[in-house]
Amino acid sequence: MDDSMVTVNGRSCTLRGVAPHTTALDWLRAQGLTGAKEGCAEGECGACSVLVAMPDGADGTAWTAVNSCLVPAAALDGQEVVTAEGLGAPQSMHPVQAALAAAGGSQCGYCTPGFACSMAAEFYRARRGEADGASEADGASEADGAGAFDVHALAGNLCRCTGYRPIRDAAVGLGTPDADDPLAARRSRPAPETVATRIEADGARFVRPRSLDEAFALIADEPDAAVVAGCTDWGVEVNLRGRRAPLTVAIDRLPELRGFAFGDAGIELGAGLTLAEAERLLEGRVPLLAELFPQFASPLIRNRATLGGNLGTASPIGDAAPALLALEARLVLGSIDGEREVDLAEYFTGYRTTVRGPGELIRSVRIPLPLAALSGFHKVAKRRFDDISSMAAAFALDVGADGVVAAARIGLGGVAATPIRARATEAALVGRRWDGEAVRDAASVLGSEGTPMSDHRASAEYRAIMLQQSLLRLFRAAAHEEVVPA
Amino acid sequence: MSGLADRPDGALVGVALPHESAARHATGTAIYTDDLAAGRADVLTAWPVQSEHAHALVTLDVAPALDVPGVVRVLTASDVPGENDAGAKHDEPLFPSEAMFHGHALAWVLGETAEAARLGAAAVNVAYEPLPSIVTIGEAIEAGSFQGIAPTVQRGDAASALGSAPHVFEGVCEINGQEHFYLETHASLAHVDPEGQVFVESSTQHPSETQEIVAHVLGVPNHRVTVQSLRLGGGFGGKEMQPHGFAAIAALGATLTGRAVRLRLTRTQDLTMTGKRHPFHAAWRAGFDADGRILALEATLTSDGGWCLDLSEPVLGRALCHVDNAYWIPDIVVHGRIAKTHKTSQTAFRGFGGPQGMFVIEDILGRVAPLLGIDPAVLRERNLYRPGQTTPYGQEVRHAERLHDAWARVRTEGRLDERRTEVEAFNSAHPDVKRGLAITPVKFGISFTFTAYNQAGALVHVYRDGSVLVNHGGTELGQGLHTKMLQVAATALGVRMSAVRLAPTRTDKVPNTSATAASSGADLNGAAVKHACDQIRERLVPVAADLLGVAAEDVRFEGGKVSGPDPDGTSLGFDELVEAAYARRVQLFAAGFYRTEGLGWEPGTMQGTPFKYFAYGVAASEVEVDGFTGATRLRRVDIVHDVGDSLSPIIDLGQVEGGFLQGVGWLVLEELRWDETDGPGRGRLLTQSASTYKLPSLGELPDELNVHFLERATEDGAVYGSKAVGEPPLMLAFSVREAIREAVGAFGPRGHSVELGSPATPEAVFWAVEAARGAGDADRDASAERSDRRAETAAGAPDRLADAGLAAARRSPRAEH
Repeated sequence: MDDSMVTVNGRSCTLRGVAPHTTALDWLRAQGLTGAKEGCAEGECGACSVLVAMPDGADGTAWTAVNSCLVPAAALDGQEVVTAEGLGAPQSMHPVQAALAAAGGSQCGYCTPGFACSMAAEFYRARRGEADGASEADGASEADGAGAFDVHALAGNLCRCTGYRPIRDAAVGLGTPDADDPLAARRSRPAPETVATRIEADGARFVRPRSLDEAFALIADEPDAAVVAGCTDWGVEVNLRGRRAPLTVAIDRLPELRGFAFGDAGIELGAGLTLAEAERLLEGRVPLLAELFPQFASPLIRNRATLGGNLGTASPIGDAAPALLALEARLVLGSIDGEREVDLAEYFTGYRTTVRGPGELIRSVRIPLPLAALSGFHKVAKRRFDDISSMAAAFALDVGADGVVAAARIGLGGVAATPIRARATEAALVGRRWDGEAVRDAASVLGSEGTPMSDHRASAEYRAIMLQQSLLRLFRAAAHEEVVPA
Repeated sequence: MSGLADRPDGALVGVALPHESAARHATGTAIYTDDLAAGRADVLTAWPVQSEHAHALVTLDVAPALDVPGVVRVLTASDVPGENDAGAKHDEPLFPSEAMFHGHALAWVLGETAEAARLGAAAVNVAYEPLPSIVTIGEAIEAGSFQGIAPTVQRGDAASALGSAPHVFEGVCEINGQEHFYLETHASLAHVDPEGQVFVESSTQHPSETQEIVAHVLGVPNHRVTVQSLRLGGGFGGKEMQPHGFAAIAALGATLTGRAVRLRLTRTQDLTMTGKRHPFHAAWRAGFDADGRILALEATLTSDGGWCLDLSEPVLGRALCHVDNAYWIPDIVVHGRIAKTHKTSQTAFRGFGGPQGMFVIEDILGRVAPLLGIDPAVLRERNLYRPGQTTPYGQEVRHAERLHDAWARVRTEGRLDERRTEVEAFNSAHPDVKRGLAITPVKFGISFTFTAYNQAGALVHVYRDGSVLVNHGGTELGQGLHTKMLQVAATALGVRMSAVRLAPTRTDKVPNTSATAASSGADLNGAAVKHACDQIRERLVPVAADLLGVAAEDVRFEGGKVSGPDPDGTSLGFDELVEAAYARRVQLFAAGFYRTEGLGWEPGTMQGTPFKYFAYGVAASEVEVDGFTGATRLRRVDIVHDVGDSLSPIIDLGQVEGGFLQGVGWLVLEELRWDETDGPGRGRLLTQSASTYKLPSLGELPDELNVHFLERATEDGAVYGSKAVGEPPLMLAFSVREAIREAVGAFGPRGHSVELGSPATPEAVFWAVEAARGAGDADRDASAERSDRRAETAAGAPDRLADAGLAAARRSPRAEH
């Protein structure tokens, strides 16, 4: 008998007997909490958003919005969850709910509970209103000042009815939490401890080991185990493709995978850090990644998805890989037999295959310092935010005082079976003066890198031309910066 | 003014109230159909077995499914006691022996859990005998594969007018479809009660027709079936016809097993099984005079109806009646036909053919303006209808002056003239990014073109405590119909909003209802609710006159008080009056009924007065196009829209804004892609999930959005002077497409005609930019090195456009003389 419990809206509920493939969404709905809705079952629409109490990195708690359709219910063991019903009731609405209702922010209402949760997460975000470079650059955040609401927090929630204007108005008109707001008060205490979990149902097991060594041992015994962290990819496999695993091993909260160090020679990012945590810890110190983060899926996904997971799935259209390739990142792979370090450029071997062995896990990502002076991340997709790349290109260039390119590293996604380095283009740039002619020459080389395909996102021709354009645009932006000092 | 349009003092219609369920929406306590089944262990789940071929004869072996633990039953054709058909046209077998599209449901598995039902469906063996398939409009035209009627709208002699026109252009446009993507997928929950009533909870816009289809599948009279529609998580037309079959499956399962059965489609099932906005193909020739006045139009519109008729005929009819949009076209002939293809059966979608019809004329004007050397805004304004003119189908364009009023107001308040100068300055300073600013009109006809649907019923109860319960035939899809109906009832009875409650829509309360569609929900049901309330009020007046000692004509009902001519004099509470009326044995409930008067439509000749009135609107949009990628950004939108005298301003504003952005999604972002190869996946929808079919998100919201209602706009033929608002604003989005066209044009030489793909995704816009640059390079005859490079990249573009069936807009030889 397991004694797995989760606190939902302040009430303790048992998770006993929940199947590893049961999502938090389905489990919550079966408890009678039907506010969270299934709109897509793949973390695209946000109708299932709920709040989870997560560590804020400073001994307090951050109310974090996540897609409950992608979180295994079993992963909530020991955690605290708040749903739209827990935020407020019709006669006593939470401030974000009252604002949404009064503004005409709901029409059919199906997406509204999810919006309320995403809005509440931003409402309770610590340091809200302080400068936020990424969103300001895009002109989407309100003027600086206490209480400024970053509407990007809602980028992972879709509404088909309203056209969003009333939702935006409701969001930017919010004040700050009252002094006696219980969820605000909860932030000053630590988030729930991570607990070891072992749940068995229908012959399948969900295990959250206590330590990395225990995880290594588990997967050494059962090579077919599904190793999950944020579950933003595995959840889609489970929901849309009916994937089931006899053993699911959750490694996302293992302390060994959550390290962070910013040294003189390099940066070490634990593979279990979520993209949101990595963004917060880096504080913009790696401009290329600062440019990447806001374009990586949606806030709801970034709150769960890990760096290790994005590299572990080895998707050719994962957005972290091109940026990390340009940064010459190396991966630390660990197993029961010890550790080894591999160059990320040597890591991918084919479509969703890598050098990572059966018993190995990604422990961390190492980024060497100093960083290249000139960098840029260029993503092309149908939709500006929360879309999968048609192609992505990341650049890191060193241009010497003599105006000659001393080093160039370019990572590409979406144009081959794996993320790749654009080595021919790099060679075409190095040793040339950083000027329009060299850039045009290199761009034509870049246009022939990889083997772009035609699919429902884009044609092969467009992808190839976008490769060229990405370098031209980098050059144009860099030239513009020289003329107009920031 | 008719009594229908008069507003009393203190009317609650016109007050800005939030949606009646807003607090429930925000707190997650508003209940939708499938929420009723959540956590119920006694409910079976139905799961479809879907075809993996676009067209094939199928034979099913369901035995393996029955061996799957938890599978209770597999529903197949032999289980149907009544008619094996799910459509109003009797051309939609519920259980087909011939798969007609990739994803077609062939059988349904009932399981104790969704997991069991899913595994059971996967275990059913399907033997396919593949047949030839048609998956594009082009293939259908080539094969002569059509279905249904082929109507023509005609006035004058277009052929001879084209023969003598100073300028004649011709071209082709392909118009993409659109997935509804209501956030709530299709859902039904059915059970048979102890009295033998089949009770179906359904996410349906058309409960009466859902009831009829369920009854005919079960082989029982309609009175045995009750359908309830609590509220829909969005409909947009996609739940007008499509829910019937799903409700029938749930009801059949419940009948056969004695258990409650739920059916809720996954997003991918919904995308691959249900109908969408019709894609259209149009071939046209248009003649203009030297000043850009449209002289004549000849066009053939072919819609992609998919595998069966559904609503394709009325959708096509409305498309033909909106090719003129807001423009006077003296000589015109427009032919329509419906392609039969092996795809989902396309259906109603907000605008119902109107958007596709208008697309044609807006595309023509946008393409020919540079060739005529006339500013597109001038070209459009010059051709707007004037008072006294009639449409090609013979209906007078009443209130045409409102088009001009709205146009002038957008131009003034949007500072269009100044901003166009600013845009030109910006464009000359920025080689890599260009802006465009365009203004377009909307004229949309209100009424069902199927005249019989223009009727509605209501049932209003007043209880002895003065509280009021309203039933009406319309469904709440999020459009705020129930909010408006509460306001209508409170206004008609002179009571407070808190005195009125609305009951969920049920077929045993109001029978034989029309679909909540064609933007008509408030017009029709509002008039019926008012009619019921008026009857009750008429019966209360003599009682009040007697009790107050005033003349009957002086009795006033307002704010829950009933008084004589002096509102501050003696008065009664509405509740007191009701109690007194009860004691005097006065009937305190009433059935209301309404039918739209003044309609006269001949579908055979496509002539007459199909519409009660027109809704007008004008929008101006400014966009910015990134020349590197073709990505567009919406900078500013100004809208003036005619909602008559608004029944509920927050609701109407929501319809205008939401409809507009949905139209933007259709025109610039949302892309349905099907496998058109001859490979094994032929006919499969490639964009079958939220990760591949992209809706507008918050990032698509314009930086600045100004929406105003047209003033002094009373519609005297509709309830309390209001106008329908659900569909017309969607078509304001053409301003965005035309603004993109202008921005793209700024990359090329003056006089370059810009052809835009549909939808105008970043890639489609990029190819148009390349074509514009290519035209510029050709003009300038630039250095060989540059033109080589550009010609290479541009060369792909015309070929691609030709592949897409887009011929260049060009002057015909005649125009050169």
